Amino acid sequence: MINASLKQLAALLAGKKTSSQELTQSYLERIQAHNPALNAFVTLNAEISLAEARAADARIAAGSAAPLTGIPIAHKDIFCADGWRTTCGSKMLDNFIAPYDAHVVSQFKAAGMVSLGKTNMDEFAMGSSNETSYFGAVKNPWDANAVPGGSSGGSAAAVAARLAPAATGTDTGGSIRQPAALTGITGLKPTYGVVSRYGMIAFASSLDQAGPMAKSAEDCALLMNVMAGFDERDSTSLERPSEDYTRDLEQPLAGLKIGLPREYFAEGLSADVGAAVEAALAEYRKLGATTVDISLPNTRLSIPVYYVLAPAEASTNLSRFDGVRYGYRAPDYTDLTDMYQKTRAQGFGSEVKRRIMIGTYVLSHGYYDAYYLQAQKIRRLIAQDFDAAFQQCDVIMGPTTPDTAFNFGEKADDPVAMYLSDIYTIAVNLAGLPGMSVPCGFGANGRPVGLQIIGNYFAEAKMLGVAHQYQLATDWHTRMPNTI
Amino acid sequence: MSLTLQDVKRVAMLARIAVTDEEAAAYQQQLNGIFGLIEAMQAVDTAGVAPMSHAQDVCQRLRDDTVTETDQHEKFQAIAPQVEAGLYLVPRVIE
Repeated sequence: MINASLKQLAALLAGKKTSSQELTQSYLERIQAHNPALNAFVTLNAEISLAEARAADARIAAGSAAPLTGIPIAHKDIFCADGWRTTCGSKMLDNFIAPYDAHVVSQFKAAGMVSLGKTNMDEFAMGSSNETSYFGAVKNPWDANAVPGGSSGGSAAAVAARLAPAATGTDTGGSIRQPAALTGITGLKPTYGVVSRYGMIAFASSLDQAGPMAKSAEDCALLMNVMAGFDERDSTSLERPSEDYTRDLEQPLAGLKIGLPREYFAEGLSADVGAAVEAALAEYRKLGATTVDISLPNTRLSIPVYYVLAPAEASTNLSRFDGVRYGYRAPDYTDLTDMYQKTRAQGFGSEVKRRIMIGTYVLSHGYYDAYYLQAQKIRRLIAQDFDAAFQQCDVIMGPTTPDTAFNFGEKADDPVAMYLSDIYTIAVNLAGLPGMSVPCGFGANGRPVGLQIIGNYFAEAKMLGVAHQYQLATDWHTRMPNTI
Repeated sequence: MSLTLQDVKRVAMLARIAVTDEEAAAYQQQLNGIFGLIEAMQAVDTAGVAPMSHAQDVCQRLRDDTVTETDQHEKFQAIAPQVEAGLYLVPRVIE
């Protein structure tokens, strides 16, 4: 049962072989047994979860179920959920009970899916290892010494350890794809604007995008059918006709042209990750695809550009945390400025403060042109690289990360080393393209490897099909850590 | 370029984050490491390149000028640090 796909779970529910209450209860029990070791969930509320499960069972009995009604889903703690503590991994919001639902949460509720709990994450989604969470790091279910990746590390670990059949994540510079790769699950970052950001606590608004994290591409496609779509409450939500993201799952791969960016297979890629990705590409050729060498010449610049734009936007977004309207307020202060300064000094962790200061600096008088504007110009060059690449291929493939999961503490004191580990994922956010990570093997240390698939704008259905065909031919996505 | 201790303290003040001298020195070192990474941008010739401020080239939507929000101030203020008579309380700013 714990390895069942969403389709199989839906069939069990529809056939009355199990109930949503039984299913929810069994996942809550798994969480109770394994979460103390993993720290994947920060907030549980069995009462709400089981009430939603009862309502789902009633809906199934009444014959008005949607495709995923009754199936539990975990939400990254960046999504506001009415009545749920929503912390964003920060002391600043430790006591924040959200007064409304994020669009993504309300979509899943309307579909009859059961909210299973809120998952741990790097503070305000700033991190690649989950070590910046105020609530302690999540452990990688494959190896307790290994980071789960970040920032959606709790969602990734929850799915990898089969504590949830599916989870939501967000991706600003790789925060869905990198933890998916490091924990051996499938995750999709959609095209910017496809999923509403309403009620999703903002980090870098021109880059943030929510997406599904699950065991397989097929599961992600079903979840996209629920979470994607226009929402007028997000000013960057795109008005497009609704799509069936499962429509290309059965498309054969014959004739598919896969672009391989030489910059993604160059120095810096570890041998074992490279070998697993090459083996996946060999499988794709066997399935009828061809590969073509391409170049994304500005890849190297994506990290400096990102570390100007994301902190600049973050410093603006996070100015709302001032101790006045919600969240933490310092206990002692002398005047208003002192209250702001102490509240923010005590409420934010050091990575968040570093990024706010970088952002404040690059936006300050006299530096705007040299940093922010220059970064925006190079951002266009990076997007143009992809435009040129997609003239030569249908999808782009490469590794999601240069290495398998690193150890706790390995990069925690060296922000630059941590930032460099996102070299293959960041450019996709800057361009606003969809990207996904699919498990494709294991490294020398037994930790999972992710294959990254990058598509052109709005090519999610095609990418999900490309990933699904691979998952029909291989079984990496069904592998589970033996600790669970 | 590199940031001086004074630069760091000024940025912290602009960002309304209290820092001790010890913290400022640590931030100075870390921020200079990060700006070392960022410097790679300065060598790129971007003459004639239009800045890309957004992933999608679309215009902001307009909506009808009508009231869409309902009054939920009690619900929203229930989670505020300090409220009195429907007002958020902060230290006195005008003597």
